[in-house]
Amino acid sequence: MPCNQTQNQLHGYLDGELDALGAANFEKHLEACPDCQKVLETEESLRRSLQQASLYGRAPRSLQNKIAEMLPAPRPASVPFFGPWHWFALAATALLAVLFTWQFLPPGNSSRRQPTLAAAVVDAHLRSLQPGHLEDVQSTDQHTVKPWFDGRLDFAPPVRDFANDGFPLLGGRLDVINGQSVAALVYGRRKHIVNVLVWKTSALPGNPGNGELQGYHWVSWKMGDLTMYAVSDVASGDLVQLRDLFAKN
Amino acid sequence: MFEGDDRARFEAIVLPHLDAGFNLARWLLRNRTDAEDVTQDAVMRAFRAFGTYRAGNARAWLLQIVRNTCFTWLRQNRMAAEFMEFDETTMPQESGNPETLAIASSDREQLTRALESLPESFREILVLRELEGCSYKEIAEITSRPIGTVMSALARARLQLRNSLSQPLSKEVRRAL
Repeated sequence: MPCNQTQNQLHGYLDGELDALGAANFEKHLEACPDCQKVLETEESLRRSLQQASLYGRAPRSLQNKIAEMLPAPRPASVPFFGPWHWFALAATALLAVLFTWQFLPPGNSSRRQPTLAAAVVDAHLRSLQPGHLEDVQSTDQHTVKPWFDGRLDFAPPVRDFANDGFPLLGGRLDVINGQSVAALVYGRRKHIVNVLVWKTSALPGNPGNGELQGYHWVSWKMGDLTMYAVSDVASGDLVQLRDLFAKN
Repeated sequence: MFEGDDRARFEAIVLPHLDAGFNLARWLLRNRTDAEDVTQDAVMRAFRAFGTYRAGNARAWLLQIVRNTCFTWLRQNRMAAEFMEFDETTMPQESGNPETLAIASSDREQLTRALESLPESFREILVLRELEGCSYKEIAEITSRPIGTVMSALARARLQLRNSLSQPLSKEVRRAL
């Protein structure tokens, strides 16, 4: 039977939610406890099954359409049986509305503040999720993706496939962050997409760290003279795991 | 007045998490059609409440609204007898062995059935953690429970899931009754 004191810690450990001391203590216990080893193994296999069984239900197209219809339209929608004069009046009203908005909208609302590096990275991630924007080169083979960047950038991004660790390489693309060309490596994580953006630190300095913006997590680190940012809607623990995979390989 | 502008912000900040919202509703309600209706309702609520949204975790914000809408819907749409409140004192007992589990859990249908047989609070926390990849902090925010109890609740939920997987027949019988 598993030890009662460590039962909860085991789950925190499994989820990467223990602090450094807690994790070290648990590992010490784990070494001496075959019961906990067995439970941990079972939990890990159960987790793999859950994540690989395609249990995630994506929003159907019909739901997206219904929501798009119900939200207030950004422009007046078409109205049936309108004569030419009505159309003219409608157009004039719309034009007036636009001019009015332009004139009187407070500047903070319409002009965007200069984004921080993290905000620019999250923006790049969001852009990449638009249909057709994710990859320029679509391949799960690092030996196809890596040469694709040759001649497109003045550095070689570290392209690795971590499919065995739950981060399959999906492809790569060029992106632009604050005016600099960067490499974007695209990974899958369960049903989610992780973008790893890579650039030369000398071109665009960034500090190692992590954070959260609009529900997206990011983790940044340095690798030689490169700066790397992993960004996704997965938990930051997953991004830390990916960072460690890059560091190890 | 600036509804069009609100819509653009809402589409950029909240709607990217529509899949997350639908997935949670689908598992809480155990039915795709109901999940579609309730998610739509929740998104419209979110839009109306968008004025109160400040910067922060938009996914957790939307998921919290979806979850509350689901629970309201469940309370209104089913018989009281079926209602299973989560009991903090419930502690499932260990059973089954890893070998049977490995075979059972390779089956998507069996996993679905096992997940759907769990009490809602267990199902919810497993979906948020394993399918959605939420951190404990996010789960605490979404489910309005103290972060300290998320870990122990997950431990109980996983144990119960393992038990349902290693006893598919008895669960079937229990559901049929």
